[in-house]
Amino acid sequence: MPRVSPKRRLTAGAALVVAALVTTTACGGGDDDDSGGGKGAGYNASLNKVANPSKKAGGTLRMVGKQDLDSADPQRAYYGMSWDFMRFYTRQLVSYDTKPGKESTKLVPDLAESTAKISADGKTYTYKLRDGLTWEDGSALTSKDVKYGIERLWATDTITGGPGYIRQTLDPKGEYKGPYKDTSKDKLGLKAIETPDDKTIIFKLPKRNGDFEQFLAMPAGSAVKAAKDTKAKYTQRPFSAGPYKFAEYKAGKKIVLVRNDKWKKEADPIRPALPDKIDVTISANLEENDKRLMDGDYDVDLNGTGMTQSGRVTAVQKHKNNVDNMHTSFVRYVALNHNAKPFDNVHCRKAVFYATDFAGLQQTRGGELAAGEIANSTFPKAVPGYSDYDPYGILARKGKPDVAKAKDELKQCDKPSGFSAKLTARNNNPGEVDTAEALQAQLKKVGINVSVEQLDGADSASITGSPSVVKKRGYSMQMSGWGPDFPTGQGYAQPLFDSRFLMENGNYNESQIKDKKIDALFDKAIGETDPVKGGEIYKELDKRILDQADWMPFLYEKNITWRGSRLTNAYMSDAYNGRYDYVSLGVNQK
Amino acid sequence: MTEAPHEGAPGTAGPRTVLAYLIRRLIAVIIMVLVVLLATFTVFYMLPKWAGQDIAVLFAGKQAGAEQLEGIRTKLGLDDPLIVQFWDFIKGIPMGRDYVNGSDVTHCPAPCFGYSFRTEAPVWETLKDALPVTGALAAGACVLWLGAGVLTGVVSALKRGTIWDRAAMTTALGGVSLPVFFTGMIAMGIFVHNLGWVEIADSLSTDDSIDVWFQTLILPWIVLAFLNAAMYARLTRATMLEVLGEDYIRTARAKGLGEVVVIRRHALRSAMTPILTVFGLDLGVLMGGAVLTESTFNLPGLGLEAVRAISSKDLPVILGVTLCAALAIAITNLVVDLLYAVIDPRVRLG
Repeated sequence: MPRVSPKRRLTAGAALVVAALVTTTACGGGDDDDSGGGKGAGYNASLNKVANPSKKAGGTLRMVGKQDLDSADPQRAYYGMSWDFMRFYTRQLVSYDTKPGKESTKLVPDLAESTAKISADGKTYTYKLRDGLTWEDGSALTSKDVKYGIERLWATDTITGGPGYIRQTLDPKGEYKGPYKDTSKDKLGLKAIETPDDKTIIFKLPKRNGDFEQFLAMPAGSAVKAAKDTKAKYTQRPFSAGPYKFAEYKAGKKIVLVRNDKWKKEADPIRPALPDKIDVTISANLEENDKRLMDGDYDVDLNGTGMTQSGRVTAVQKHKNNVDNMHTSFVRYVALNHNAKPFDNVHCRKAVFYATDFAGLQQTRGGELAAGEIANSTFPKAVPGYSDYDPYGILARKGKPDVAKAKDELKQCDKPSGFSAKLTARNNNPGEVDTAEALQAQLKKVGINVSVEQLDGADSASITGSPSVVKKRGYSMQMSGWGPDFPTGQGYAQPLFDSRFLMENGNYNESQIKDKKIDALFDKAIGETDPVKGGEIYKELDKRILDQADWMPFLYEKNITWRGSRLTNAYMSDAYNGRYDYVSLGVNQK
Repeated sequence: MTEAPHEGAPGTAGPRTVLAYLIRRLIAVIIMVLVVLLATFTVFYMLPKWAGQDIAVLFAGKQAGAEQLEGIRTKLGLDDPLIVQFWDFIKGIPMGRDYVNGSDVTHCPAPCFGYSFRTEAPVWETLKDALPVTGALAAGACVLWLGAGVLTGVVSALKRGTIWDRAAMTTALGGVSLPVFFTGMIAMGIFVHNLGWVEIADSLSTDDSIDVWFQTLILPWIVLAFLNAAMYARLTRATMLEVLGEDYIRTARAKGLGEVVVIRRHALRSAMTPILTVFGLDLGVLMGGAVLTESTFNLPGLGLEAVRAISSKDLPVILGVTLCAALAIAITNLVVDLLYAVIDPRVRLG
């Protein structure tokens, strides 16, 4: 053994002490419970109620996010957080109510004086616009601006990325080519929308769709002023109709919104418009973002995807009054691909349901607070169609597996000793690969040998979303998460389960379900304009999917969200998948 | 150089040979950058295609129809052979480029490094914003680390075996082995969150004042310098010790030169050559974007842009950043090679 000189030992010891000191000071930061200027409003103070209600205007709302808006162009955005944020500067005919929890999913008039007057056959929707609607340059906002904004959705080679619901409903055959190829003088050639005068707008649907107003409430239904439309570049500087306008936008770095002084409060019953300024920082370092939220440098996380593991431990232990445990309307699931053997056999699919240890998966993702509740239904609790139907006894066993039944199903599937499968998981989705590996270990106990294939989430549209690529690579199970575009069965479940939504690219019917009965149930529910009756049909549909073991939900996602102490009027909105309703937020200046 | 002890010595290059050398090296740089680009281009544009993935989907987003994808393919020329696509890209740099699909034209002015259909902006705009940040980060950090590293190394070498030497080398070992995201988080924890001595700006742009730049960059400089200085201290110490044992040092001392002159003019100068080699590479890599440092401190430089581009599969930006990085490494290496001749007259260019 080499001799170590006492001097050297001393130096090494000193280095260790220094390192230990440095580490402890760094971790000891922020012990005080009232960091960030004031006390939080209480644990879960934003769930189904308003935390810190206030009408006080002024101050700067400071948001931080890891990810920028997918687009600032209302017709091109698809992220929930973008839709939430856009209410600051866009307006639609109808929008979601600014009330907490489930009440937020109710549609209320925005640009329109009232919700739609629907004709008896359910195919004609008529709106009258309010008085006093203006753009940020002071010009009047008319029904033609609403029509033009919606028409942009047809320019599919330029206005990419947004939802296609309005387009598919009004023009299923794709006859209109969009305003940029429109030869009519005013570029308003879409026949399905009529604007007899500046205050009236009429939609003529070729076929009933009970959710049509839901489509119009999405930012895709926003008004855009034709003279200010910069086409693909509109995302760099959208023209505002709301209480705030862009002062600065650097994609991926910074957004600054300031008051739009041409906006009139009396012509907008929804938006309280409390802060004077909204300042958004995009920063890639999640841990640091959490720290600065807890320091009070920022008020709220723009992305609304929950805190990091280290952040949430500190937050829950030391600042519980600033924490909300939000449910996000997202369902974590595993799709069982019917075109990959042996999942064409319902018993092999059922074997997976019985062999899965749901409680184990919940633990892997971070436990009940951070990961969410064990799922039984394919529908999240906030979407009509959810019920406590539990054919595999998952809730009854508290998520534990039933190995005997799993083996029995394997026998009925003619695979008594099990089979092999390939499971995909996205390596840039926190915890997904770990969860897939946990599932791999669980299924191995009944002889189902799963290999986990990691993918980049950014590729999902072209890999897991392409049935031919899936087939070529032999993927049979796909782990992912899904949330509603709008809170009805059509907005949540149709892309997942309807055979007519099986697409060559960007496919989300990952189980590749081709079930005539399910398609028929969708048609029936969509034709129904009464949401309660619609919900009953979706319950039936959910039962069918579960009985067939088509698609295995395992968690109703929850996350730990930071609510800055300065925030006023903070409440969780079901309409925005369990984010705060940004447009209602205010700040206490301290 | 004012001093001229070696003037006229055989092998010193004349201006013409230096020029010829420079031209030859510049051509080599261009070829190297082209090869790197071609490789990157193949990896990001061709491999996915060969694996059966459709790149147009990346640009189209959710719910893209077949017609829409076809339009994007035409517009970006994705169906052209590799070499045609590559040539279009190269040509766009000096000439600018139009992306055309029927009546839908997107113009990308020269220098066109591509057009990001994620942010709807030419890649050059992104690079133009990111370059000063990365440049400032690299410049400040390398001055610090070179100064601190070489000084520590020389002192250590001269005081070999003392407590000074031991302490310096132990600290250096710590510096080499602690990753930037660790020291960075600790530095921020102490100086930003606990003591509040520095205020880090949310973002940096050329409009911000020098004070904002300095406050934001001082911690990244120190953290980055700490990491690299350690390596330079150890390297300097080792080469210095080797050089100090050489015969000519003994000769210099024997002929009565002062110790300072011996160290400065004779020992340090020849010990600098290997340090400069490493320095050229490090600086080049840093100029191409210090990914970890920039992500830790959220500095909007090339490294952060690269991470962002890769995670959102923004291919044109990935290509642009790669081009910058390759150029930076090639050019700093060229500069270093030229500097050899200045520092060490034994080096011949040619």
